[in-house]
Amino acid sequence: MDLVVAIGLQLLYGIANLALISLGLAIIFGMMRVINLAHGEFLMLGGYTVVVSTNAGVNIWVAMLILAPLVVGIIGVVVERLLIRWLYGRMVDTLLATWGLSLLLIGVITSIFGASTASTISPPLGVVRIGQYAISGYELFLIAVTALLLGAVWLTLRFTQLGLLARGTMQNAQMASALGVSTNRIYMITFGLGAAVTGLAGGLLAPITGVLPTIGATYIAKAFITVISGGASILAGTAAGSVLLGGINGIFTFLSGPTFGEVALLLTAIVLLRLMPRGITGRFFRKSL
Amino acid sequence: MNQDIARQMRPAFAWALIGVVFMFAAPHVLALFTIINLTTAIALAVLALSLALIWGHGGILCFGQVAFFGLGAYVYTLAGINFGGSTWAVLTAVALTSLFAAALGYFIFYGRVSDVYLGVITLTVTLILFSLIRRTSGPEYKIGKALLGGFNGVSSPPLNLPWDTRSFLFPEQVFYVAMAALILCYLFAAWLMNTRFGRVCAAIRENEVRAELLGYDARAYKLGIFTIGAGIAAVGGVLFANGVGRVTPDVFSLFNAALTIIWVIVGGRGTLIGPIGATFALFYLTSALGGQSVLNNNLVLGVILIVFVLLVPRGVAPTIADWVRARRGGAAPDRVRRRRRTPEDKA
Amino acid sequence: MALSRRQFVVGTSAFALASPALMGRAQGGGKITFASILDLSGGLDIYGTPMAEATKLAIDDINAAGGLLGREVELKLYDAQSSIQLYTQYATQAAAGDRAATVHGGITSASREAIRPTLARFKTLYFYNTQYEGGVCDFNNFNTGSTPAQTVAKVVPYAMNKFGKKVYIVAADYNYGQIIAQWMQKFVAENGGETLGVEFFPLDVTNFGPTITKIQQAKPDMVLSGLVGGAHISFYRQYAAAGMSKDIPICSTTFGIGNEHKLISAEEGNGLLAAYSYFEKVDNPVNKAFLERMDAKLGANRPAMNELSVRSYEGAMLWAEAVKKAGSIDYDPVWNALRSGLSYEGPSGKLTIDPQTNHVIQNVVLAELQNQEFNILETYADQPPADTAMVCDLVANPTLSTFYFENGLAAAGIK
Repeated sequence: MDLVVAIGLQLLYGIANLALISLGLAIIFGMMRVINLAHGEFLMLGGYTVVVSTNAGVNIWVAMLILAPLVVGIIGVVVERLLIRWLYGRMVDTLLATWGLSLLLIGVITSIFGASTASTISPPLGVVRIGQYAISGYELFLIAVTALLLGAVWLTLRFTQLGLLARGTMQNAQMASALGVSTNRIYMITFGLGAAVTGLAGGLLAPITGVLPTIGATYIAKAFITVISGGASILAGTAAGSVLLGGINGIFTFLSGPTFGEVALLLTAIVLLRLMPRGITGRFFRKSL
Repeated sequence: MNQDIARQMRPAFAWALIGVVFMFAAPHVLALFTIINLTTAIALAVLALSLALIWGHGGILCFGQVAFFGLGAYVYTLAGINFGGSTWAVLTAVALTSLFAAALGYFIFYGRVSDVYLGVITLTVTLILFSLIRRTSGPEYKIGKALLGGFNGVSSPPLNLPWDTRSFLFPEQVFYVAMAALILCYLFAAWLMNTRFGRVCAAIRENEVRAELLGYDARAYKLGIFTIGAGIAAVGGVLFANGVGRVTPDVFSLFNAALTIIWVIVGGRGTLIGPIGATFALFYLTSALGGQSVLNNNLVLGVILIVFVLLVPRGVAPTIADWVRARRGGAAPDRVRRRRRTPEDKA
Repeated sequence: MALSRRQFVVGTSAFALASPALMGRAQGGGKITFASILDLSGGLDIYGTPMAEATKLAIDDINAAGGLLGREVELKLYDAQSSIQLYTQYATQAAAGDRAATVHGGITSASREAIRPTLARFKTLYFYNTQYEGGVCDFNNFNTGSTPAQTVAKVVPYAMNKFGKKVYIVAADYNYGQIIAQWMQKFVAENGGETLGVEFFPLDVTNFGPTITKIQQAKPDMVLSGLVGGAHISFYRQYAAAGMSKDIPICSTTFGIGNEHKLISAEEGNGLLAAYSYFEKVDNPVNKAFLERMDAKLGANRPAMNELSVRSYEGAMLWAEAVKKAGSIDYDPVWNALRSGLSYEGPSGKLTIDPQTNHVIQNVVLAELQNQEFNILETYADQPPADTAMVCDLVANPTLSTFYFENGLAAAGIK
């Protein structure tokens, strides 16, 4: 019984982890059709913000929950103004630009901090025991935060003025523009928000993962595949993609080890896209956000 | 070949001629190590050419073209070790890779998967190959006489003269073979673009629904060009195995998958010579950067790509072509200008 | 006939000798070129960057002492950007283009295997200064790093004595990890222990939760780790976060060479055991002076020194000693000098090249991590490369160019 609970929690954490690293990418892709190949580096920047600021004596919660999204959000806005806004409607060119940006960010961070940075933070919140099993309290916290984050994005899109304008712009930018909405501003804010969510995710993961300039590469493929498998809706897509892919990854990891867990995740994505060529939300939950 | 195609292909023949001149002049001008290393660059250029054909011309955004390139390299290597000679190994590599691509393409196109979703499927296939081959280091992973070798890869047998297994080529001689292969693949691709088949593919790229309403089965045409592109990529893989002397799962990495896309974007979609040139230029750039230690390589390469996408948005070859036409005072470029799109257009 | 690259190499090295364009590395009184190929960007730069710094210091030291044979030594440093293809390219460039007297470098076994044939073909002495799984038997390739018979063989019995006999193995899912796991199983069995489970991880896995649950289920006395690279640092953090590091200790022969002990917090790493041929706290005057010079060169940002970086320094010095002894930089005299029982006293202690295997007889040190520092527990002097010696004899057959453990231990006839 304890084992079932422990495995269940691990599965849930695997799913939350996937949702957490994908959400920011989904916001940017869903709203703007920009494939951000620098997404992994935004996660890395969130992690660096936390490591550098806690090494400088900032409280870890402040660093993770406030500084990381703030810093990466600002970087996102700057990137959007300087680079992305020239490329709207040219999805493929954004691939090249964000790939360049990804290399540039790795280069800048390596030049400043070296190939690695000493870290002094450990995950707070102790250990939760389930019989002979133990799971990190911090991982349970991350599950909760992911759920809250998805909820917050839903509330923003559903109930705020900004959310309304954003949804309108997403559905028909020319019409929104004709009705006096500054789509330009909406895009800027969306990109900034997407970056901030990514920064928050990177910051939250910093205490339990390695924080290195090149760490982004380990996230980008998985996030990309999850978002595309999820389909066009930001929230339902990310959630459905994460549950399906993260769940299958977790189950196969338990059964036959991490390598086959990864391969099972990838195979599922292929079969899924063959059956639903526009992703899960291209077929189900079409009206969802 | 009819008169019309011959006329359309005049620029291609001009480029091919430049290639031939380079092929015979280079060994007299360049240092030995440059000639040896150029084989690798040429192999990558063939890969770029294959993507230029299926994406630039056929409109299929294949994010995993390296899968066919890598498979070509692996099949060549494993077959070469088993057959004890390269001739059948090369043919097997191209045939098996094309077959694999045809099966994958059937799965994709007949399931009506397209644009970015297609990109993700092909990328995912690449990553699966990457994960699976990486773990095959044990003696049980064996195909005939050849061990797969896991992450360390397999060392590739060198090419030999056709059906003469004792006359294998030195790396500096492989350069000629590679260059000849590149020129032939280029001419073949240019010819294909000008055939009826190629024109229908272009029509499907521009407007799939319209082409289907005119009675063309878009799925079959896409499958055709996809398979041919994979075959060309496999030729590149064979050359790559010879240039590096070894094939490792590294070829299937996300980095290499993205890099292939970059070559085509930088060179210019819709042209064939552009991506080839871009591959050589970026190959030279990465090699040169690795020899200096003043600035971080990623930083320099990143800045170059960003500046590039802002200043030369359509890629080098189309931009130069337009510029030349403008200088001549000629008419506007005859290729169809894509209208500027807004983000809500499903790309 | 089955044609292998090896036969090809033998054929072509004769060609290289006959080709006048490739001779002449020795002629002239200009600078001597020393080439180094390492990953200074991309995912492997956590290993490569400190190695490059140490190599630079070695060349500075050689030149400060008046160079070699009265000539200045020039370092050509290539960044292979974590790409195998670039390794082959730069090896060709260094050997045929720069006419380097020697090429050092390579981090993963894949990179070493990629450049070994090229450098043999161009008859350029090659030094691989990384700890690895053992088994390379190549006349032209000097492997100075420690191997499992030197490190794993020491840490396993020590830890089993201290913690207990039941072991769980986690390792990276590629050749090195798979082979090191076989060595671990072998040494665990030889010391009367039991391996409860072995788990391999792709290099980009960052979520280790399921495995940690499996370890909790298996209840081993300790965990042996052969995890590699930046993403795998996550294992140690998540292991500590689940409260495991206090109950079930970890021993490793890979933790620390990427300076992982600085990248996780003190409490996450405390108590971890590791064995290498060098730790910063090795107590001898050469090491003290070495660290001082390194501090002076790099200041506060100096990366922690580990076996990889120190051996890069020592590898360069071993080559320099051979050149001095030979009185020449020509291939044959230096090769003979290297294989004449050459010794060098470096920061890690005494190093002697074993002519049977072209590996190095070296000190092995066992240490425990406390507060992001490795404290030395045991020192084992002059450990021979016993693993490679089981399969390799370059004295009897000095033209061998093989990697015996390429496909695991069973394939090499080791139980």
